[in-house]
Amino acid sequence: MKHLRSIEELDAAGILSLLELTDHMVEINARPIPKVPALRGKNVVNIFFEDSTRTRLSFETAAKRLSADVMTFSVGTSSVNKGESLRDTIETVQAMGVDAFVIRHKSSGVPWQISNWTDASVINAGDGWHQHPTQALLDCYTIRQALGRKGGFEGLRIAIVGDIKHSRVARSDVQAFAALGAHVTLVAPPTLLPPSIAGWPVETSQDLDSLVGKVDVLYLLRMQRERMSEALIPSLREYTDRFGLTADRARRLGDSTLVMHPGPMNRGVEIAVDPSELPGNVIIQQVANGVAVRMAVLFQLLGQGDSLA
Amino acid sequence: MTLVIKGGRVIDRDGERVVDVVIDNGVIAEVGTNLSGDRMLDAIGCIVSPGFVDLHTHLREPGREEAETVETGSRAAALGGYTAVVAMPNTEPTQDSIAVVNLVRSLGERAGLVEVMPAGAITIERAGKQLAPFAELASAGVTLFTDDGNGVQDPLLMRRAMEYSLGLGITLAQHCEVSRLTDGAVMNEGSCCSHLGLPGWPSIAEELMVFRDIELARLTGAGIHLLHLSTSRSVELVRAAKAEGLTVTAEATPHHFTLTDETLRSFDSVFKVNPPLRTMADIEAIKVGLRDGTIDAIATDHAPHPQESKEQPLDQAPPGMLGLETALSLALGELDLDLLQTIALLSWKPAAIARLGARHGGPIAVGRPANVTVFDPDLSWTVKPSLLASKSRNTPYAGRTMRGKVRHTIFNGDAVVVDGTAQR
Repeated sequence: MKHLRSIEELDAAGILSLLELTDHMVEINARPIPKVPALRGKNVVNIFFEDSTRTRLSFETAAKRLSADVMTFSVGTSSVNKGESLRDTIETVQAMGVDAFVIRHKSSGVPWQISNWTDASVINAGDGWHQHPTQALLDCYTIRQALGRKGGFEGLRIAIVGDIKHSRVARSDVQAFAALGAHVTLVAPPTLLPPSIAGWPVETSQDLDSLVGKVDVLYLLRMQRERMSEALIPSLREYTDRFGLTADRARRLGDSTLVMHPGPMNRGVEIAVDPSELPGNVIIQQVANGVAVRMAVLFQLLGQGDSLA
Repeated sequence: MTLVIKGGRVIDRDGERVVDVVIDNGVIAEVGTNLSGDRMLDAIGCIVSPGFVDLHTHLREPGREEAETVETGSRAAALGGYTAVVAMPNTEPTQDSIAVVNLVRSLGERAGLVEVMPAGAITIERAGKQLAPFAELASAGVTLFTDDGNGVQDPLLMRRAMEYSLGLGITLAQHCEVSRLTDGAVMNEGSCCSHLGLPGWPSIAEELMVFRDIELARLTGAGIHLLHLSTSRSVELVRAAKAEGLTVTAEATPHHFTLTDETLRSFDSVFKVNPPLRTMADIEAIKVGLRDGTIDAIATDHAPHPQESKEQPLDQAPPGMLGLETALSLALGELDLDLLQTIALLSWKPAAIARLGARHGGPIAVGRPANVTVFDPDLSWTVKPSLLASKSRNTPYAGRTMRGKVRHTIFNGDAVVVDGTAQR
């Protein structure tokens, strides 16, 4: 595997083997000195054309723990627009010697465009509404860890709630969860679903109340405030009322029901309770697992068969 | 000096025959067998037809000369078999005044490869607020008006434009797009955009304006030409309007009858275009429309962009693709029409819409202006972007092998393309 741009570049076996590799990384991260020389001499460049604190820090930490050299820069899209094309930017950086680009961009497809212009590996750290494959992997790892599901998600019921239409997390998660055998339900008003989900391995519902006691995983998406002005929802209050995790719904969650969120949370909107009071809250584990999963991805793409040590 | 086109199969609106054509002093002087002239252009195995007319060309000059100039675009047109192109008004400054229109026309005359007919804007600066001076521009020879790139959003303004156009001998042409429905849109709305996470460009944004303008044609009695139809429902609306006898005409581009939105799975911005590439069902509907006469003309919407502007993220890259040098081959290869019908769609039907019929579109008959295209319908060639005459390289057909190629183009009696090579 050369790139990780979409979760579709992995099949179920590929996902499971990356999750197994992640187990090793978790073990490394638990050591007194959580660092191995596996990627010594490799140059990883993180280019974040869109702001992201957690994903940027997570990739940076992952690269450093594997002893790769890592450069991170954030580019305001506007500065790139000053006459320099995206291609010029990439070729300029490439000339300094790069083994992997980690790319975050507000526009769908940029990691594919970049992979046409460089020989380096390209890891998608989120493109537009399209894909966020390492998020899907860390979500799978978190579920696997919390529910002891090493062999896959056969029979597992997962509800993804909220703004599916604009969510790269939802697109990646649907593909990853379904590949591992889970039964996925998208819970959203029709305005927040993509124009067509023909062929998606999902069911849809607008009735969160009927699902809340029945699912094994409740995955809440971030609800952005500007969606109101786009006439996609009447008000945030109505959104919370229909699709938020309210105290009432929280009481009806099963004790083992996992509550997940890709962050950052809009407290009081999609989650109107204190998540730390929920028995199945694994939101912080998601963040912690993010580092290990990204170590696994970097090692898989750049490791060239070296042992991990 | 006389020019003779020898041994070709002449096809025009009067039918077909194998004859030689002698051209003298810009007009067709003789049509018959065993003719001779000072200079001979071999046409054995080729079709000799009236020159093609493109209703929809972006020449980019003035203002965007890094993408195309009147000269480079004219050369691409001549190589594509065109003897006239309607130059879209979205130049900088806009073609909404006599000064700009005359500039573009004179640049065309200086290039001397095709007739460059500047289209006027419907509204000043194509801003959709105030009508451009139709009569003044018409007096300078402008026959087609459009805000192409923008649809005229305001229904009142469009109604007035159509009413005011009555009796001026001009054609109004609409870019059908309700912009409120396409804000930020990148590609056709459907399963493909849903999968790719790209903002959708719904068919209804086009169809609503097609419907509105058909109804305005009914109300005002004015005609309307609908640019680059892309959806099956648009074709149905036009078919129904024509059945009612309304004066509605329409065009379709080669890319809208050959490519679907699936091409954007590559995330290659060369496939981003306005209106967007649609689905196979839309392609089929457009082909049927071209076959049954619902769609009157093949127009290229030749839209050059420099490489660096296309090497942007998809939502920032400008829409548009080259078309002048590939239109004939695609029409021959993809439409399954007989030659007469294909040439009609490329030549005399668009010539009539642009009101250029006195000079273009034939027939190939004594006394007619010598605007003639000679093409080999069987010659196979492969599209190499670097070999195109356009200043830009944004063809969506790079590497594609096509059948049918222009051999000679005669513009105003002058052999501007000979054996596939531009002569100026």
